[in-house]
Amino acid sequence: MLEIRVNGVAREIETPVGRTLAETLREDLGLTGTKIACGEGHCGACTVQLDGVPVLSCITLVHTVGEREVTTIEGLRDHPLVDAFVRADALQCGFCTPGQIVSAAALVEDEPEPTPERVRQAMAGNLCRCGAYPRIEEAVIAWRG
Amino acid sequence: MARLIRTEKEVEGEYTEQWVVVDDDDEALDQWPQGPGEVVGREAPRLDGHQRARGEAIYTADLALPGMLHAAVLRSPFSRANVKRLDLSKALALPGVLGAVEPGDAHVLEREPSFHGAPVAAVAAESFARAREAVAVIDVEWEELEPLVDAEDAVRQGSLLEEPRQYERGSTEAGFGEADVIVEAEYRTQTVLHNALETHQSVCRWEGDTLEIYISTQFIWGIRDSVSEQLGLPPDRVRVVCNFMGGGFGAKNSPGDYTYIAIALAEKTGRPVRCALTRREESLAAGNRNATVQRLRAGARSDGMLVALEGEFVNAIGWKGFSGPTYGPMEMLYACENVRTVTHAAKLNLPPNAAFRAPGFVEGTFGLECVLDELAGRLELDPLELRRRNHADNDLVDGRPFSSKNLLECYRRAEPHWSRRDDVRARSEGPVRRGVGLASQIWYGGGGPPSYAWVRVGSDGRATVITAMQDIGTGTRTAMAQIAAEQLGLPLERVRVELGDSARGPYASISAGSSTTPSMGPAVRAAAADAARQILEIAGQRYHLEERVLSLRDGRVVSADGGSWPLEEVTGLLGDAQILGKGSRGPNPAGMRVLTFGIQVAEVAIDVETGEVRVERIAAIHDVGRVINPLGARSQVEGGIIQGVGHTLSEERLVDPATGQVLTQTLDAYKLPTIADVPEIVAELLDIPDEHLTNLGSKGLGEPPIVPTAAAIVNAIRDATGADVRSLPVTREEMLRALAEAREREKVAASPA
Repeated sequence: MLEIRVNGVAREIETPVGRTLAETLREDLGLTGTKIACGEGHCGACTVQLDGVPVLSCITLVHTVGEREVTTIEGLRDHPLVDAFVRADALQCGFCTPGQIVSAAALVEDEPEPTPERVRQAMAGNLCRCGAYPRIEEAVIAWRG
Repeated sequence: MARLIRTEKEVEGEYTEQWVVVDDDDEALDQWPQGPGEVVGREAPRLDGHQRARGEAIYTADLALPGMLHAAVLRSPFSRANVKRLDLSKALALPGVLGAVEPGDAHVLEREPSFHGAPVAAVAAESFARAREAVAVIDVEWEELEPLVDAEDAVRQGSLLEEPRQYERGSTEAGFGEADVIVEAEYRTQTVLHNALETHQSVCRWEGDTLEIYISTQFIWGIRDSVSEQLGLPPDRVRVVCNFMGGGFGAKNSPGDYTYIAIALAEKTGRPVRCALTRREESLAAGNRNATVQRLRAGARSDGMLVALEGEFVNAIGWKGFSGPTYGPMEMLYACENVRTVTHAAKLNLPPNAAFRAPGFVEGTFGLECVLDELAGRLELDPLELRRRNHADNDLVDGRPFSSKNLLECYRRAEPHWSRRDDVRARSEGPVRRGVGLASQIWYGGGGPPSYAWVRVGSDGRATVITAMQDIGTGTRTAMAQIAAEQLGLPLERVRVELGDSARGPYASISAGSSTTPSMGPAVRAAAADAARQILEIAGQRYHLEERVLSLRDGRVVSADGGSWPLEEVTGLLGDAQILGKGSRGPNPAGMRVLTFGIQVAEVAIDVETGEVRVERIAAIHDVGRVINPLGARSQVEGGIIQGVGHTLSEERLVDPATGQVLTQTLDAYKLPTIADVPEIVAELLDIPDEHLTNLGSKGLGEPPIVPTAAAIVNAIRDATGADVRSLPVTREEMLRALAEAREREKVAASPA
């Protein structure tokens, strides 16, 4: 039995060694807000936070999480970034958006007033094939409304 | 009354004639006046934005049906092979494996795979990990065969998907005879991958005698029709569902191999089956924008008038697919009377192509618009002026008038961006050279019938638009709600949209060919108008007034004599009953050509020592008729341009030239643009309704913005450096080659004869 803390709640799960955090979140815990788009750590769609640090959950083994707090998009659903993204039209198909918001939330936690350059640097690991990038930049800069 | 008509339908440049049923009343609606209304033409955040942003939207990828199994597919590792032995027994013996299929079980499985990634067999297991293990132990013996991978070899050998397409108007021979300047060049474009972030996938299950298909698709009704035809089922026994989908860009118009594999495995196991491509499979078997070779020749008189255009095009299709209209821009963009094109569709042992955002026109515009700039240079004529002088006032292919065309206005609005040229060039410093380039855009986007919608109004005075269309991320859900709200005089928050299910709504058009809004929008407006008429009939009887003095405004029924009642007071009379309005899309204007137009102006910086190219700014001005949602429309323009920047600078599917095997299967090898690669983008839409087109005057916007981007960037590179880039992507190698060639040319020109 493995215990991990997800969005402030302790969860006990039975899961085989070798399972990724992304699979555990999506399949064992039903937290499908975390998306898997490449499954090998190249696109950022699966981004979650471990103790506030963005990580790629599709290449993080669940047994390595330990006591670190996992924060997924479900734990950030009332974050002002969500409104900011919708307001700025910073999403199209929306498949990358949870990962974008999780990355952005870590950024604005550390730097509440990021410059455009800083946003571009911090968000460069989150691919968006629809090309919502200009609006993502706008949303992250104006995240407090 | 219902009327059966014969009408022309266009998708991605393919015209077909078909019967459709329309309603006379739907055509009777006058267009709204130009400019913003109460809701239409005003910025609206997308209705499903919070659901998507919070991770609450359930995509096909998130669906878990009770008892669902996962499929994994054995795909050919070779570009051409013969399966000499195939034994599934070891795979079936693994615990948790419940079924397997092989050639003969589904028509998509092949014993003689003809491209890397062609499906051969598949298994269904209780987890995807177990299914992959099972595929790995399938006993298979391959006989590797010699593949054909070079497109020009294929043309020489006659390996073609169809007969060469020939087109001629006037006489190019005579035209070139009149020419003062002739430019000749060969252009090449690469194969690019759609790489939607949600990979191609379906979940299929039998529910009684009905086959349910949950699928990430751009065309719910096309899936229903294709599958029912393939399986010999009555169409209504196939239910297709797609509520949220994670991007398509043209690659998700048909069922694909994965759907038929999931169906066959569901049949075999009696359980629901998910078949989802991995990212690596996506890079092989999910379609691509095919490579092209374009040998072009253009002649003009000294006054800049084009007298002849000639193009020989090779579309490197792959094993299957379609030959896109790479010739289109050359035949359609300019008023040149002498045009000749020939197009070869090379059949190769490479993965099949699929439509990709303005297929053919992206590639063809790159070649044509670069040649135009080379011509402008030789004529010492301003490139924008050259385009103005050759403006086409009607369609020269068939002589039809355009339903509307405001390209000259686009050119006029481009002037302030184009006039930055001297300043931009002056900002060159050291090895970094700066320049400005432009390119013109032509594409389809008129949509058409059949397309239907219903609008339901309940006693609470709220409306629901019901139609079995899909929102592929373009924001059509929101645009449809805006149209219904405008017609019903309701605030947007009192309208919702139910879509995504063929069993729960009328037929809706494909979301491809920039056709969703121009096809569906008029049907939604007609349905809302039908509901509004019924509401006013009820109000007229209730308040003893004539219907013609009543209208709907601000959520109220308003009378010309000053009376006004909340809508819910009228609809409240219904109790639990509801008003249902129905609407259909009328035909396109007879005898007219419905097209979209525009221009883009790009600013670039090139490091002539390293060959690095950076796009610094792109201004886009497009003419797509009435704009429903300026917020979502701007996003479409930006997204198209960013895909265009990727196409121009970084994206390329590479294959081993000896074996045809795909080398770029992951997103670290295949370079999509990131947020750090995005230039400043200025998007302007003319927002002039097309007075001849439907009750809205709206055309499509999804594709036009990607069409001229590559040419504008490459023309800016020429402006900055004098170098003629002739192939995409503009890698550093290609950039340095073009720079060296330009230097060589200058040296020759400078040396005494």
